[in-house]
Amino acid sequence: MTNSTQTSYSSGRPTLSSARFYPPAASLGLAAPLLAALIAGFLYPVSRLVALSFSGGSLDHFRRIFTEPLHLGVLLSTIEVAFVVAISSLVLGFPVAYLMARLRKGLAMAVAACVFIPLWTSVLIRSYAWVVLLQRNGIVNELLLGMGVTEGPLKLIYTQSAVILAMTHVLMPFMILPIYSALRALPPDYIRAARNLGAGPVRAFVAVTLPLSLPGVFAGSVMCFVLALGFYITPALVGGPGSMLMATLIGQQTTVLLDWPFAAALSTMLLAVTLLFVLLFRRTLSLSKGLNSVH
Amino acid sequence: MSIDQAQMRGHLPAGLAVSTSPTIHACARAAGILVVGGGIGCILFFLLLPTLIVVPMSLSETDYIEFPPRGLTLKWYSVFFNDPDWMAATWFSLKIAVATTATATVVGTMAALAIVRGSLPFRTALQALALGPMIVPHIILGVALYLAFAPLQLTGSFFGFLVAHTVLAVPYVIITVTASLQRFDPTLELAALNCGANRLQAFFLIVLPNIVPGVAAAAVFAFLASFDEATVAFFISDIGGKSIGRKMFEDIDFNLTPVIAAASTVLVATSLLLMCAVHFLNARKPNSGN
Repeated sequence: MTNSTQTSYSSGRPTLSSARFYPPAASLGLAAPLLAALIAGFLYPVSRLVALSFSGGSLDHFRRIFTEPLHLGVLLSTIEVAFVVAISSLVLGFPVAYLMARLRKGLAMAVAACVFIPLWTSVLIRSYAWVVLLQRNGIVNELLLGMGVTEGPLKLIYTQSAVILAMTHVLMPFMILPIYSALRALPPDYIRAARNLGAGPVRAFVAVTLPLSLPGVFAGSVMCFVLALGFYITPALVGGPGSMLMATLIGQQTTVLLDWPFAAALSTMLLAVTLLFVLLFRRTLSLSKGLNSVH
Repeated sequence: MSIDQAQMRGHLPAGLAVSTSPTIHACARAAGILVVGGGIGCILFFLLLPTLIVVPMSLSETDYIEFPPRGLTLKWYSVFFNDPDWMAATWFSLKIAVATTATATVVGTMAALAIVRGSLPFRTALQALALGPMIVPHIILGVALYLAFAPLQLTGSFFGFLVAHTVLAVPYVIITVTASLQRFDPTLELAALNCGANRLQAFFLIVLPNIVPGVAAAAVFAFLASFDEATVAFFISDIGGKSIGRKMFEDIDFNLTPVIAAASTVLVATSLLLMCAVHFLNARKPNSGN
C-alpha cells in the first residue's frame, strides 16, 4: 500500500472531474461486505466443488463422462434442449414484445402484466401447474378427448416435449424484456421515414424494425440459452428418465447414487460449458435489461 | 400516390389509411389483425395459464387433482394453515427471506455505491463476480453449498440459508440500485459535500432519499428471490430446517394433493402484492432534478 494514489483525494474537496469521487479506502470498505458474502457463499463452495471433481489428482471422473455414451448423450441433449427452448422463446416472445412496445400505454400495461405475473410466480409453482395440466387425466388430455382429437389419453408428461414446453414458459419473460427494451429505444420516426419513402408495413418491419431489434434478440436468446443449460426444478418435475438433462443427472448422482465426486465432475463440466457460452456471447448478454424494464 | 397521401399514411393511425381499393384493403387488414391478435392472445394465455390454474385447483372438493374441479371448498387452505409441517416450512422461509432482504439490500446497496461512485481498480471484475450467482446454474451452487456447509453443520440452519440466499439475492439488488444511482445526478452529492456535510450525512440526507424507490424495489426482489428459491434450498435443507420450496418440491414429487395448490395460491398472492408495491413505488419515483 502506497499513499501516492490517495494524495489526490486527501487534499482539497472532491471535484466533478468524474462521477467517481469516493476515495479508494471508502470504496473498498463499501465493497468489503459483498466480497465477504461472495467468498463464503459462492467462491469458496464452488472452488471446493471443482477441487472435489479432480480428487485423487486424476481425471477419471471426467473420462467417465466422455466414455459412457449415456453421460455424453445427456450433455449433448442438454445443449440441444437449451437451444430449442431459446428458439421457441424467441418465436413466441417476439410478437409479445412487439405488441408491448407498439400499444397505447394502458393496453401495453395489460400485456406487461401477462409477462410479469408469470415471471414473479415461483418456478416451482409453474412447474407444478404444468404437471397438473399435462398429466394423464389432466386438462389438456380432457380437452383433446372432448374435441375428439384423440381416442385415448396421450402420454404428455415425463417427455422431452413437456420439458421443452414448460421451460419455454418459464424462460419466455427473459426473452420478451430485452426485445421490448430494444424496440422501445427505436425512434418511431425511423419507421415513419421508411413508410414515407414508400415501404409497405412488411418491408418497413423487415428493413428497419427487425435489424434494430437484433441486440435485444441476441441478449434474450443468450440469457434463455444459458439459463436453460442449468435448469433443475422444471426438468426434475416434468421430465422423465428418458429426457434426462445435466442438472437432473447431477441431482440423481447426489441424492440417489450418492456419488459426490462424479456429481462434482458433472457440475464442473456444466459450469465450464455455461462459462464458455457466457464468454462467447459476453457482449450480447445484458443481465440488467430484463430487470430494469420493470421500472 | 401523391406525397400528401404518403405523408398521411405515415402519420395517421394505420387503420385510417385509405388506399386504391378501400373495402378489400380494409377486409384484408381486419383479417390480418384478427389472425395476429388471436395468435398473440394465445401466447398471452399460455403465459398466464399456469399461474391462474392453481387457484381453481386449490378450491376443489376432491382430494386429488381434477379439472374442472368438483365443488368449492376452502378446506385445503385450512389443511395448509393447520399442518405443522407446512407451517414450520413457511415460517422458516419467511424468517430467512426477511433476514436475506435486510442483508442483501444493505450489502448490495453499499457495493453499488462503490461500483458507481467509488474508485476501485477491479470495479468491473467485482460487478461480474457479484452477478455470477445469477449465471452459474443453481444446481451447481446447491451441490457446492452442500459440500461446504455439511462439514460445518450449516445445512438446515438459519445462518447457512442466510449466506446462500444473500448471495443469490444480491445480484438483483446490485442491478436495481446501480441503475438508480446512475440516474441520480452526482453534482447534488458534491454540493452537499462542498457545503460541509460529511460523506455519511451526504448519503443519508441527499443520496438515499433520491434512490429510495430503487432500494425498495431491490428489497422486494431480494425477498422474492429468497422466498421463491427452491433449487439451492433443496440441497441445503435437512429434516430440522426445511424451506417451503423444499417442502413443495417433495410434495409435488410424492404427494400430489390440492394442498400444494392452496400453498401455491398463497405464494402467488404474496408475490403479486409485492409486485404491485414495486409498481406503486416506481410510479411515485421522485425526479432527480428536484
